[in-house]
Amino acid sequence: MTGANNFSVSGYGPQRAGWTRLFARDSVARRLDWPMLLAALALSAIGTALVFSATRNRTEINQGDPHYFLVRQLMNIGIGLALMVGTVWLGHRALRNAVPILYGASVFGILLVLTPLGATINGSRNWIVLGGGFSLQPSEFVKITIILGMAMMLAARVDAGDRTYPDHRTVLQSLGLAAVPILIVLLMPDLGTVLVLVTIILGVLLASGASNRWVFGLLIAGTLGCVAIWQLHILDDYQINRFAAFANPSLDPAGVGYNTNQARIAIGSGGLTGAGLFHGSQTTGQFVPEQQTDFVFTVAGEELGFAGAGLIILLLGVVLWRACRIARETTELYGTVVAAGIVAWFAFQAFENIGMTLGIMPVTGLPLPFVSYGGSSMFAVWVAVGLLQSIQVQRPMSA
Amino acid sequence: MTNIPETGRTPRVQTRLVVIQILVLSLLGTLGGRLWYLQIREGAQYQKEASGNHVQQVVQPAVRGSILDARGVPLADNETRLVVSASRTDLLKQKDDGKAVLTKLAGVLGMRPQEVTQKVRLCDAKTPQPCWNGSPYQPIPITDEATPKQALQIRERSEDFPGITAEPEAVRSYPGPGKSNTAQVLGYLSPVTDDEVQQAKDTASPYLRSDMVGRSGLERQYDPALRGKAGVTRYEVDNLGRVIGKAKSDAAEPGSNLVTSIDARVQRVAEYELDKAMKAARQQYDKITGTNYKADSGAVVVMEAKTGRIVAMASAPTYDPNVWVGGISAKDYKALTGKNSDYPLLNRATQGQSAPGSTFKVVSTAAAVQAGYDFNGNYPCTSSYSVGGQVFKNFEGENFGPISLGKALEVSCDTVFYGLADSEWKRDGGINPKKGQPKDWFFKTAHQFGLGKRTGIDLPNEVTGRVPDRQWKLDYWKANKDTWCKSGKKNGTYVEKIFYENCLEGNKMREGDEINYSIGQGDTLLTPIQEAVIYGAISNGGTMYTPTIGKAIVSADGKHVSEIKPRSHGKLPITKATRDMMDEALAAVTTRGTAAWKFNGWPQNKIPLHAKTGTAEVYGKQTTSWLASYSKDYSVIMTISQAGTGSGASGEAVRNIYSAMYGVQADGSIDNKKALLPTPEKSLPKIQPDGTIAAPKIPGDPAKDQEKIAKEVAQQGGTTAPDDQQTPATTPSPTDNRNTRRRPRGRRGRGRTA
Repeated sequence: MTGANNFSVSGYGPQRAGWTRLFARDSVARRLDWPMLLAALALSAIGTALVFSATRNRTEINQGDPHYFLVRQLMNIGIGLALMVGTVWLGHRALRNAVPILYGASVFGILLVLTPLGATINGSRNWIVLGGGFSLQPSEFVKITIILGMAMMLAARVDAGDRTYPDHRTVLQSLGLAAVPILIVLLMPDLGTVLVLVTIILGVLLASGASNRWVFGLLIAGTLGCVAIWQLHILDDYQINRFAAFANPSLDPAGVGYNTNQARIAIGSGGLTGAGLFHGSQTTGQFVPEQQTDFVFTVAGEELGFAGAGLIILLLGVVLWRACRIARETTELYGTVVAAGIVAWFAFQAFENIGMTLGIMPVTGLPLPFVSYGGSSMFAVWVAVGLLQSIQVQRPMSA
Repeated sequence: MTNIPETGRTPRVQTRLVVIQILVLSLLGTLGGRLWYLQIREGAQYQKEASGNHVQQVVQPAVRGSILDARGVPLADNETRLVVSASRTDLLKQKDDGKAVLTKLAGVLGMRPQEVTQKVRLCDAKTPQPCWNGSPYQPIPITDEATPKQALQIRERSEDFPGITAEPEAVRSYPGPGKSNTAQVLGYLSPVTDDEVQQAKDTASPYLRSDMVGRSGLERQYDPALRGKAGVTRYEVDNLGRVIGKAKSDAAEPGSNLVTSIDARVQRVAEYELDKAMKAARQQYDKITGTNYKADSGAVVVMEAKTGRIVAMASAPTYDPNVWVGGISAKDYKALTGKNSDYPLLNRATQGQSAPGSTFKVVSTAAAVQAGYDFNGNYPCTSSYSVGGQVFKNFEGENFGPISLGKALEVSCDTVFYGLADSEWKRDGGINPKKGQPKDWFFKTAHQFGLGKRTGIDLPNEVTGRVPDRQWKLDYWKANKDTWCKSGKKNGTYVEKIFYENCLEGNKMREGDEINYSIGQGDTLLTPIQEAVIYGAISNGGTMYTPTIGKAIVSADGKHVSEIKPRSHGKLPITKATRDMMDEALAAVTTRGTAAWKFNGWPQNKIPLHAKTGTAEVYGKQTTSWLASYSKDYSVIMTISQAGTGSGASGEAVRNIYSAMYGVQADGSIDNKKALLPTPEKSLPKIQPDGTIAAPKIPGDPAKDQEKIAKEVAQQGGTTAPDDQQTPATTPSPTDNRNTRRRPRGRRGRGRTA
């Protein structure tokens, strides 16, 4: 657990008390990126309140218990924090060795979703129902394993000092590694996750120093892919409708455009300080569907107003800012690539999620990191925070 | 990039990381900007949308205030009907959506179950009537004619009828106390329109779709006070329309009562006398047209001279205001407003205007005095007055020699006023006056008398009348010269010749125009209410009071009484001395002048009456009868279109109205007990502690009581012309009449008689 630069040698000299040791200079606790950690914790705390506000009246989904979602969200956060601690304890380097297993497990997970074990929710076959009210969304973990897998491949020879930049072959291999789960997710079909994965690949390639040709190639391929998807009618009707509603916000406010319209009314009506927690009429009246998950930001908009919703954006900014800093300051490319992948993931998902509630992005089913209700997504983001913290803790101290 | 640690990192990666960081933060910045736009800039708009989303209003109607007469007798009131309503919200909570309850209800009400179901279904594009087009949260009325027994059955077994209520509800009624009608003064209510519902939606007092709004008369003028404030309960509903909370509740505030200065008994007498006079006129033969008089419309105004308060205001033809109650039928509506109707909705006292004829001479007299002519000077009352080849004859062709202005009023000598107007016209510069030269005393005085503009009575859509001064002539010429010049011919028919002349110099004040105007002919138009104000002002010493009908607005609980105080809007431009002389001359009209034959035996020493008759000519129509009169308390104006002379058609009616008010008996004695209103009602009716206003009963028909006396008076010869008076002094002389030059007015002439 202790880094290479730790002077205290176990068994010799006077032992400091445990908590003092924890906060001793160069200790893990001192080296953690506290601003990021606190911002992420604050986001989860606000999110919990919002989820509670959005679900306490939804008798048709909360089994008659107003605290149903509250308790579960607290559990999710607890597990997420434990996963983060575990990740820091193991360290991202140690995890590098486990990447093949993790990658294989996650791909197996999403394959399982396509079998009769998977469940379709909101048009996406995205879930494995575990029973007891619990379910898993393996595609969330694919985000992590793709980052780890690609980073491992791309950084291996650079960190070894063999090359300055990853060569074409390595890049191609790493893209192949990413392509497998992306294709599977496309089959679900979960367009939102595909977009996140493509953005992650973009971030990873950029940070790895791969040739510009790959970066632009990927952008062009992505564009062509979108055109192809549109032309080949791969999208379901509901997905086309989401785009139609995005392109024309006044379209069919009772049907296709209902979600976006109600979301915008909820946010817009918040004003500067909002209606107050638990006092939003749009929220209490359940006018916005999926409000505890994908549309959780509308609760903040309505009940906490510009002050609260702006704070969420600000906190996300802190997390991303610190993550970028970690990416820039770590010495080994592996850490940089992992951090950059996570930045791409968080940034895109936050922008898409909030953007769709604000009507500047089309609707896709992506949760807001740290804030939305959900187990798998909460676990995944906290593991990602663990990875970032591990990179931060294990980098050599700057002079 | 300044703080690159020794990471061995290549600049390419480092640069890209910075790009990523900038990109990420700018994305967040975009979100922040958009959030600001939605919440701060457009926030108000979305707040409105949000509240429209989840707040549903249920409105409890306010009881409309009553309109009472001066003693508290209700002229417009509410009657209670039992209304059975169903609450959709409650019905839908039931397992079968309330079908069983509705069927049971149909049984109780004696209706077919289908009928009831149709009434509570909501209207949409596919649902034909009957259906409910109001708010689904509003109790839906199923019938408003439930019997007390049916209502009891429903209320006693309320557990059998969940969601059904049987409540008494107020419906407007016009009881017509003492057989009075007061239709045009009261006005009427009609259902609120969709536009009005939309407009009032977010205001403090939203309309129900079933609401009625005052459309004319007092109902409209005092609508805001009478209406009260509907109670609003705001329910918060969720996305499925289920009620999740009661947001705000304002109880209904019943409307205030309006106490008017109308006396229902005098009103009845006025209406009755007007009707009788018109019927009598139709029995009279008009020698000019060779047919009986048509007497197609008329008006009576009885006004308190010292306050401007209206005691009675009758307009004929009339209608029963109760036709509006509970929704007017298409047939009734057509009869009231159709092309072939005689427009009974018009209040001829404020919305009818016509040439005032000789009743205008008080204005001309005041004008002459203002212009510097001595009231008691000698002015030639010749039988005719010639101007440049035109002959303006005296009405009856009589010749009284040189007389004073007072005498000219008394005998209604036209030529005296012709001469005065003509010399003023010449003094003003003739046909082409220099700029700023005309003093226009005759027109200026008319404006000072408040003519050509509204009196400001508290009734909607009053008309202004018209003073045909230079400005008006110019405006009118500009508007019509094209027509005139096109169809006018120098040697054509009478009308064509007039058009030709008008085309040439219709923009100028011609000699004949001013001469005609001086006796209230030509283009001059007055309303009966304007005359009431003028004659009332002469009576009270010169103050023109703004006529009012509303006397006080009394809140439903009786705690707030806001009195509507008499207001003046100016003084007559005459000195006290002039007024006194006019007063004397006008009194002489009833004792020895043009109206004397109708006031034989009147106790003039006890109740001095003053009057001025008028017989106005309208091109293409029979003469308009005017009788303007006043006592020390009241001014009474009566006019009947196409009915002959002022005294002939209206004299008896006006006398009867005074008799009824003062209690003058057939023998000239005064019976104070029988007097309806010997002095104006000064105080407000008594308001009980609970807010109700005590109303005395009106036994019988005040007009019939008066009728007996009137008959006796007629038998004694009090209102009929004695044989020796069948002279030109009182009877119109059609042949002479034709020679006086009156300007034909074509279409306008027909439209402007009241």
